[in-house]
Amino acid sequence: MSEWWTYTLSDFLMFSQRSYFRLIALYNEVVWPVHLLALAAGLAVIGCIARPDVRTRRIALLVLAAAWAWVGWAYHLERYADINTAGPWFALAFGVQAAMLCFMALRPHDAAPAGMQKQVALGLTGLAVIAYPLLALGSGRGWNQAEVFGIAPDPTAIATLGVLLACRAHPIAWLIPLMWCAVSGATLMELRVGHAWLLPTFAILAVAAGLLFRHSRHSPVH
Amino acid sequence: MTPDSFSRRRLLQSLLAASGSLILPSLHAATSPAPLITRPIPSSGEQIPVIGLGSWITFNVGRDPQARSECRDVMRQFFAGGGRMIDSSPMYGSAQDVIGEAVQAIKPPALFSADKVWISGGARGVQQIETSRKLWRVPRFDLLQVHNLLSWEEHLKTLFAMKKEGRLRYVGITTSEGRRHGEIEKIMASQPIDFVQVSYNALDREVEQRILPLARERRIGVIVNRPFRQGDLTQALAGKPLPGWAAEIGCTTWAQALLKFIVSHPAVTCAIPATSSVAHVRENLLAGTGRMPDEALRKRIAQDAERLA
Repeated sequence: MSEWWTYTLSDFLMFSQRSYFRLIALYNEVVWPVHLLALAAGLAVIGCIARPDVRTRRIALLVLAAAWAWVGWAYHLERYADINTAGPWFALAFGVQAAMLCFMALRPHDAAPAGMQKQVALGLTGLAVIAYPLLALGSGRGWNQAEVFGIAPDPTAIATLGVLLACRAHPIAWLIPLMWCAVSGATLMELRVGHAWLLPTFAILAVAAGLLFRHSRHSPVH
Repeated sequence: MTPDSFSRRRLLQSLLAASGSLILPSLHAATSPAPLITRPIPSSGEQIPVIGLGSWITFNVGRDPQARSECRDVMRQFFAGGGRMIDSSPMYGSAQDVIGEAVQAIKPPALFSADKVWISGGARGVQQIETSRKLWRVPRFDLLQVHNLLSWEEHLKTLFAMKKEGRLRYVGITTSEGRRHGEIEKIMASQPIDFVQVSYNALDREVEQRILPLARERRIGVIVNRPFRQGDLTQALAGKPLPGWAAEIGCTTWAQALLKFIVSHPAVTCAIPATSSVAHVRENLLAGTGRMPDEALRKRIAQDAERLA
């Protein structure tokens, strides 16, 4: 395709807001009650960040790896690809991120976050796991369209940014979650969804916190 | 039921039917809209209604059974209202399959299937066309267009060969949003294509300068996409009172006025507004009936749309 510069975001948006949220609703119906397991896993990740040590860090990363693999397969490949031709590519990216998180979980680590960095990490992960599903209710869409950590990509990406911040992860581990925040944020903006600004805002907050606390003190891992 | 009561019922039904047949035609004549205006396809003379149906975004509903049923209702209404041309593309996600499912259910006798080839490389194009045909559930396409001129040299060779072999009736090229008009003109001037598809509406009128006159000169049919700027134009005009001229051409909504503006251009063969609403498809079809604006009124429509949008 030539003349790329003449294309705008709207040229790539191939579905309506209604189709997008109905896809999420139908997906939720099919996978219920996996949500309960996902919520428990999300709360476990928050607990792991709150009490960081080698074991909890490993658990948090492995839970996230499972979440990225599940979302890549069950959401992107099996559902989203129906209305978005880029779906299989997103599934691939989510698979790569899952593998990267697994690799990180197996590596030794010598530092855990402390102070403000830990608070921001906890805040991001808490918002993703507890508050993000409530957006559906807040915007009048109903529970069946709730986006739940480990089931839907957006809260999974935000929670991951929180954990990566907590783990002082290598910048390469941030790439795919940040790219997803950009892609999904742009999609929601084009769909004129009220909370479209949330994803990019959380991404910017996580990056800013990561840069700001890069040289801050950290507690040794027990 | 006894044989007597059965025959009495049959007799009453026959009398009612007979009396109805005397009354209904006059009622029908009084209430039904004027017939959908048709235009000849320049290369063949075949008549085609000036209002078609697009499927970008609106028919990409995935596996959602409720949304698929709504799309089927839209298509049913479209065919019942005299519509023929439905346009889609492999780029439109699940739209081809949604159309194919509806085609299988409705079995429209007068469907004019217009699809596109959108892939790099000629050989892969052949494969994509066959995949698209299976999704549409049609024995062959009426029209295949090279989507956004992607690998157009290779694809046009394939499409012309298919037409020669009787596996395709018409060949075309497409663009949208005013892109690559220079290249479109060159192809129109040098290749024996039947159709060109472009964006045209009361605000985006660049094609009036060169492409529409060239289409008339070269006897190429023109299909118009994005007649409402993907809904932005009708949204911008929503709530703005229709000027007095609307009544002169039988328009009750801005959407109808905008469509009449497009299809009244002498070079335009048909417009393909996309919708997922039965009410909107009815409204769109009405724009293809009755009196059309003359050149002076077309100018006023464009001026008023520009002023109010």
